[in-house]
Amino acid sequence: MEERVIEREFGELAINMGPQHPSTHGVFRLELHLRGETVVKVTPHIGYLHRGVEKLSETLEYDMLPPIYERDDYLSPTANSLAFVLAVEKLAGIEVPRRANYLRVITAELQRLASHLVWLGTFGLDLGGSLGGGSTLFLYCFRERERIMDLMETLTGTRFHTNMNQIGGVRYDVYDGFDRDVFKTLDYLEKRISEYKEMLENNPIFLERTKDVGIVPQELAKEVGASGPVLRASGVAYDIRKNKPYSAYQEFNFQVPVGNKGDAYDRYTVRLKEMKESLSIVRQSLGGLPEGPIHSRKPVKTPSLFKTPKGEAYAAVESPRGELGVFLVSDGSSKPYRVKVRSPSFSNIAIIPHILPGHLVADTVSILGSLDPVFGDVDR
Amino acid sequence: MTFAESVSHGAILLGAIIGVVTYLTWVERKFSGRLQSRIGPYLVGRPHGWLQPIADALKLLSKEDITPTKTDRFLFNLAPIWVVVMSLLGFAFLPLTINWVLVNIDLGLLYFSAIGSLIVIGVFIAGWASNNKYALLSALRAAAQIVAYEVPLLLSLLVPAVLAGSLNFQDIILAQEKYWFILFPVVGQISGITFLLAALAEGNRIPFDLSEAESELVAGFNIEYSGMKFAYFYLGEYAHLLAVSILVSILFLGGPLGPLLSGGVWIALKTLIVFLIVLWIRWSFLRLRIDQMMMLNWKVLVPLSLGNLLVAGLWVSLSR
Repeated sequence: MEERVIEREFGELAINMGPQHPSTHGVFRLELHLRGETVVKVTPHIGYLHRGVEKLSETLEYDMLPPIYERDDYLSPTANSLAFVLAVEKLAGIEVPRRANYLRVITAELQRLASHLVWLGTFGLDLGGSLGGGSTLFLYCFRERERIMDLMETLTGTRFHTNMNQIGGVRYDVYDGFDRDVFKTLDYLEKRISEYKEMLENNPIFLERTKDVGIVPQELAKEVGASGPVLRASGVAYDIRKNKPYSAYQEFNFQVPVGNKGDAYDRYTVRLKEMKESLSIVRQSLGGLPEGPIHSRKPVKTPSLFKTPKGEAYAAVESPRGELGVFLVSDGSSKPYRVKVRSPSFSNIAIIPHILPGHLVADTVSILGSLDPVFGDVDR
Repeated sequence: MTFAESVSHGAILLGAIIGVVTYLTWVERKFSGRLQSRIGPYLVGRPHGWLQPIADALKLLSKEDITPTKTDRFLFNLAPIWVVVMSLLGFAFLPLTINWVLVNIDLGLLYFSAIGSLIVIGVFIAGWASNNKYALLSALRAAAQIVAYEVPLLLSLLVPAVLAGSLNFQDIILAQEKYWFILFPVVGQISGITFLLAALAEGNRIPFDLSEAESELVAGFNIEYSGMKFAYFYLGEYAHLLAVSILVSILFLGGPLGPLLSGGVWIALKTLIVFLIVLWIRWSFLRLRIDQMMMLNWKVLVPLSLGNLLVAGLWVSLSR
């Protein structure tokens, strides 16, 4: 390999942050050029977690793919498979029963809660270190997340990669007493979330570390194609659940929290408010769960028999990180001709080189943490 | 004390401190475990993993002793020894009961703080000799931080000295027979709190552990160290923390003074309480940024402790 000098100007310290670094949230490499403690230039390098999901899609049958997509963004599996399944359904014109749509919403929102809890915990690690108050927050959040994992396990048999979404419906129906279990967990979570909110928002160190740090102007957010909480924290009320409703989201009543400044603190508040909204969506959908079938297709025995008509379709869902879109091109066979995944984390971390220069090293971590990238999602 | 007596007492003290420090790590792990709704060490030695510190020490001892090739060998190996020696030296001046003190000199307080401030040199050597950019950044941070926080540390240390009218630890203890200095209205509390904060900063504890901020600098100055050399840094850190806890109990909580129980028990109790408060702070707070930390020091702690010292001085001179 060619040796490259990355330290050019005298007085600049070039350090390699990652790919193995405690707070890069996976495998991510930042080439930081520092003057003292201040970042003057930054070059992000991605691709360490590339697993070739898009290429893999061209070699597998449609019904084999949703589980693959669940591995994509490993903090919100069902959102990924939902985007793919929606694209296929759009292309093939498959109707989804109402009950299945409700169940999709329930799992997606529960996993949004779980994902945001992981984010809050790891954000604590970024700000407070794994040997300090940060790890306390981290462990508390993971304890809460465990309740959601338990719910998923009782519902689907799997804690995490649930295989809930199938083309044409969902795989598992709820059992008797599921709503009681969920309501109990939601009440518990609601109490805990307000507790953490109080704990963090009255903590001067947390406020000092997040307020006015990593301000993403609205224009920049739009320009790089940011979405999700990152975009909303900058003041753009764009939520696919509201603007282009899919599944059953048009039937529920919920708010889209928006920030005004676009700093790390706004991104934190937006996510925390979103968690409250998710609680309310799950309550509404479980309260009004319609009767009926959960699947509109017959059980799949030979995946190669399922073919989609020639054409293309794009479906997007609001994953915990933003607009997760799947663009599907079909040549009429039993396998996709080409799939392009538009992943929210990829666009969101494109902000980094724009806003990082001028900040201190310590802010690098809090900015990266507040963007909530998942590198499985970035590299696909 | 004769020379032989001093040496034997010193050896006993050294062994006791190392033993206590080893078990303080167990206390910390148990305490943080309970705080985070975990159990903490449990399996090595029932009940409650009481053999864990020994297992840790054995594991660290049996690890390969690595000196990376591109480091400055002499300085790299000197740094951990320096840190341990300087942290342990301070204990020589600390009275553990009213009469039991290894080196009783009139300038005990001054000596103690002078030696405590030498620890940073070891940290800086470690960061410099490691030939690692993260370690270097951390060393620079450590130097800036500790030099800055030395000021409020000393200024708040001087308040008990002014109130007692002496720099000798025994005199300071005896001056607290009527009331502990922490109970001295306003002045005592302010100096106690500023001292604790400055001591946290000097001991590299959260919220001021910027020089080993592992979410930014991976591990900071000890990034290249492993095995027993790493353990030396750990030992030094905890020994210093123990010394600071003892110092707080002596200067502000009356040290060995207390009813019924003997002096040694009282000082141990008070030290443990101070230590647990430090742990409590560590496991509940996030970390400050370097500029915010400097701001806190120069804009809040230094003026506060300076004014506080002035008030204490005025009060003493007027009441005389």
